[in-house]
Order: sequence, then structure tokens, then C-alpha cells
Amino acid sequence: MTLLKEFILPRFAQWLIVIFVGVTITFIIPRLSPVNPVTETLARMQMYQNIDPEAVQAMRATLLDLYGLEGSVLEQYVNFWKRVLKGDLGPSLASFPLSVNQLIGVSIGWTIGLLGTSILIAWTLGMTLGSLAGYYPNRWWSEGLEKSLITVYPVPYYILAFVLLMAFTFYLPIFPLIGGARGTAAFTWEYISSVLYHGFLPALSIVIGATAHRFIMAKALTTTEKSSDYVQYAQMAALPQRKILFYYVTRNTLLPQVTDLSLSLGALFGGALIAEFVFGYPGIGTTMYTAINNGDYNAIMGITLLSIVGIATASLLIDLIYPLIDPRVRYR
Amino acid sequence: MLTTIRDLFRFSPSFRFGSLILIVVAAFVLLSAFSPYEEDRLRRKVKRNLPPSADFVFGTTSQGQDVFWSLTFAIRNTLIISGIAVFIGRGIGVSLGMISGYLGGIFDRTAQSIVESVIVVPRLPLLILIGSILRGSLTMFTLGILIGILDWAYPSKRYRAQVLSLRERDFTHTAVFSGMGSFKIVIREHLPFIIPFLLADVISGFLFSIGIEVTLSYLGLANLDSPTIGTMIYWGNYYQSIPAGRPWVMIVPMVTAILMVLGFYLMSVGLGEYLDPRKRLVRLTAHAGEGAQDDDPRKEKDDAWAP
Repeated sequence: MTLLKEFILPRFAQWLIVIFVGVTITFIIPRLSPVNPVTETLARMQMYQNIDPEAVQAMRATLLDLYGLEGSVLEQYVNFWKRVLKGDLGPSLASFPLSVNQLIGVSIGWTIGLLGTSILIAWTLGMTLGSLAGYYPNRWWSEGLEKSLITVYPVPYYILAFVLLMAFTFYLPIFPLIGGARGTAAFTWEYISSVLYHGFLPALSIVIGATAHRFIMAKALTTTEKSSDYVQYAQMAALPQRKILFYYVTRNTLLPQVTDLSLSLGALFGGALIAEFVFGYPGIGTTMYTAINNGDYNAIMGITLLSIVGIATASLLIDLIYPLIDPRVRYR
Repeated sequence: MLTTIRDLFRFSPSFRFGSLILIVVAAFVLLSAFSPYEEDRLRRKVKRNLPPSADFVFGTTSQGQDVFWSLTFAIRNTLIISGIAVFIGRGIGVSLGMISGYLGGIFDRTAQSIVESVIVVPRLPLLILIGSILRGSLTMFTLGILIGILDWAYPSKRYRAQVLSLRERDFTHTAVFSGMGSFKIVIREHLPFIIPFLLADVISGFLFSIGIEVTLSYLGLANLDSPTIGTMIYWGNYYQSIPAGRPWVMIVPMVTAILMVLGFYLMSVGLGEYLDPRKRLVRLTAHAGEGAQDDDPRKEKDDAWAP
């Protein structure tokens, strides 16, 4: 019972606070700007035609109501939370008859499929290569790997993605330029293979960047862990190197890595904005970008809320299950 | 300080290589002062769409810009934007982290909840959102400020952790007992310990800001009239330079961006190795036992299953 009271409840309270403050920040920032989305929309409508001033007034009132921008900022804020707690993210402003829930529902599957797979592949790959390179720092392959991955790591993701896009769709046109799949969704080999085919390039770009990051971290952790006494003891006891590395050293470096994995899986709901934008992938990042360009406040808030909750929940869960992964960590 | 840099230059290959790249970058920044064109009058100055030649080292664009001289301005502007961002971000991060670490108590707890909350807010969508709201009016300086405001939460956590450990050291107690004020202790006694970490952090801040600048410009959200690395890529893409067979227009800024971040990153790797006490220990033992390691019996066994 003390465990619940002294550890779980405060941690849960922190989770609530983090989500609350995070959402509040994203709620306030767009409203601090001098630009009013209603005026913007009206200006866009009147750009190429003349509209009766009274109709404009009526439209303004409707839009204010629709955007949830009626009343003071405080009232809007209260209304926003009332709606969100009911699980309703409101109507999408740009693609009106659709609700934000539907908008997210359509695109989230793509993102989870693409990002989830590439994060898992990159994590496994980076961990394995990084542990090996950290354990055998002076081999030609580990030095070569380290040099090439250190070169790739700081490159801005957009440039990496663009180079891949140009290389494999323009100079060597073997992959499609945009899209997520061909044909209608069905459980046939044709459809599934087209999903894999379209997803390959964006996944590759994410895997390269994420593997480099994981590799550098895993190598540093393994190098430190390797100098521990127990490793020397195991080596003197003539345990097979493979066993020492993967049964002992890697397991001991797992804790921060698992944290990172869960956090990046939690960040999944935010989507990979740049990746999806560059490769024209129909995921949640593209939805977000479209929403931002169209001033679709409700969709922006909806997706941001989802990604904040995702990250905060992932970090809550990881804190709660730490002792299961690593018995050295005790609830304090 | 100077001896540290000299030693790093001598013993850390990554630091040496990184700083060499950055020296070349700095040379470009200096060159921008000698440009034959004015910064805001780069267009329609030279023949269009020329490939790289002796006259135009990196070729020309389809708007009649000399890519080489645009690049000098672009590097300078990108560094200015990142510099502002880093200054603001680290300024907030260092002061908040140090004060909240030193004071502790309610202030610390409040500050930490805010920091945690800011960390979970997705930064890129927020930047794009603000960028699209301010689209027309985003200058270089406001862009720098904007990036800076969003990049202080992680650093501040690190400084807080540093100060938390410094606070328990004896010299802090001595300072407190001799009647030094909190502010003075933090500035005079603790800040010097933070500076090396700050240096490494500043470099990673540059990495982040350059990446964000390129990304935002690519999306067309920065001020597209002033040449930066990002806007050069944007315009190259806008005028379809690669499908039209003018790859140099995009390759030049992209390679520059890669070299710049690589230079900064390699420097930070060198610096990080120098700062990490465990690595330093490994280095020391490596120097001491250089001869002993050669006849290490373990070495042969390693090969048995190495892929």
C-alpha cells in the first residue's frame, strides 16, 4: 500500500500535470499570434470573388462558432477540455464534414505501420551492431561502421530523405515517388506487397538515421560496461565471447535503451512529419502538415494532444515497469 | 582553456577533423564580406543555369545567382540564426537549471513539472505551426529566437543535475557558511564547473538549429528572400533543379549542410570524450598499458567467432 501511495500515485499525478501543461501550452501558442484564422479563411474566400457584406458577417459568426473561437480565451479553453474529456476532438475545419477523430483514424494506421516497423528494426540493428562494435573496438569492421554511422548521424533528416528520394526515384527509378499503396485495401498478396513496396524508401530513411543514433549509444554503453570486473572475470573463466557479450554485457546496457525505445514508440502518434511529407506518405504527419497549412486548429490540437498523451504515457509506463526489467532499480 | 584546445587538437582525431571543417566554414563566412554582389541583390546578376566552371566555381542558378557567393551569405546567415537560437536556448536552460538545482524545494518542483511538460510538447509541429502563422513576417532574427525558445528544456535538466551534485560539495558549504549569497555562489562557484559542459552543449545546439533551419526553410516557412542553406535548397527544389539537370544548385548547399553539421558533431565527440571521466580513465590505462595489451591472450580467442 505504501508503494501505491508513495510511488505510483505521485507518478500518476505527474503524468496528469505533464499532459495538462503540455496541452495548455499548445492551446495558448496559436492564440497568441496576431493572425486570426477566421479572418484568414474569410480573406481566402473573398480573394477571387465579391461577397455580400452581410453574408460575410454571417459567415464570420458561423466560423467563430465552428472554430470554437467564441467568447474569451478562458471560455474557449474550458469548452475545449469539456469536449476532449468526452473523447470528441471536434470537427475538422479544413475538411469539414469529417471529424478530427475520423481524420486521425484514417491516417494513424499508416503511421503506426511505417514508424513502428522502422523503429523496431532500427533499434534491434543498432543495438546488435553497437554492442559488437563496442566489444570489439579495434576491428576493421567496427571502425568502418563507426566512421560511416558517425558521418550519417548528424545529417539533418530532411537531407538524408531527399538524397534517398532523388537517388531511388529519379536517378535510379526503382521505387514509387508518392503514396502508401496501390489498389483498394484487401488481404491479398498484391495489396500487401504494394504497401511494402511504397513503404520501403521512407522506412529505409528512418532506419538509417535511427540506427546511427542507437549504434552510437549502444557502443558507448558497451565500452563502459566492458571495463567492469565481472566481464574480466567471465573472460578469465573462458566463457564464450558471444555469451559474455549478449548474455551479460548487452543485458546490462539494456535499461536506457529500453527507455528510449518506449519513448520513441510513444512519440509514434505524433507521426514522422518530415518523412511523410518528403515521401508523400498518407500518415498522421501528412495530416498534421495539411492541417497546419489550412489553419485547421482542431486537427492540430487533436494530433498534438494524441502525441503528448503518447509520450507521457510511455514514460509513465516505463517508470512503472522499470523494476521488472532491472531488479537493481527499486521503487523509492 | 587554450592548452585544452591545443591538446584536443593534437590527440583527438575527431576534434581535429571537425575543427578543420569548421575553419573552412569560417573562411566562407569571412569571404561573404568580399562578395562582388550585395546580399539582397543576388538575383539576375550572372548568366543563368551555368554548370560549375572557372568563372563560377559552383555554377549559377536559374534565377541568375552565383551559387558560390550565395553560399557564403547562406553559411553566414544560417550560423547567425543558429547562434541566436543557441544563445537564447542555453541562456534559459543554464539559468533555469542552475537556479532550480540550487534552490530546490517548491521552486525546483514547479520548474521541473514545467520542464517535463515542455519536453513532451512535440517541437517540430509547433515550430511549423508558428512558422505558418507568422509566414510573411518571420525574419532571420525571429526565426533564431523561435528555435531558441523551444530548445531549452533538455539542457536545463542536464545543468540542474550538475548543480545538484555541486551543491553537496564541501566548497559550497564553505561558501554558504562564510555568508555568500545564493546568486553569487551559483555564478562564482558553480558556473566555472558548468562551462565545459556548456561548450559541448552549445555545439549540439548548433546541430539542432541547423537541422531545424534547413527543415523549416524547405517547407517554405522561413524568410525565403534572405539566403540561408535551407532557402538555397528550397529554391533549388522550387525551380526543379534536379529533374532539369542542374544538380549543382541543390548538391552544393546540401553538401555544405552535411559538412557543417559533421564538423560540429565531430568537435563535440572529441570534447565529449575529453569531458567523460570514465573515458578519460580508459584513455589513461590505455596509455599506461600500451605494451601489455599486445600480448593479451584474450585477443586470439576474440577472432574465433568474429563475423
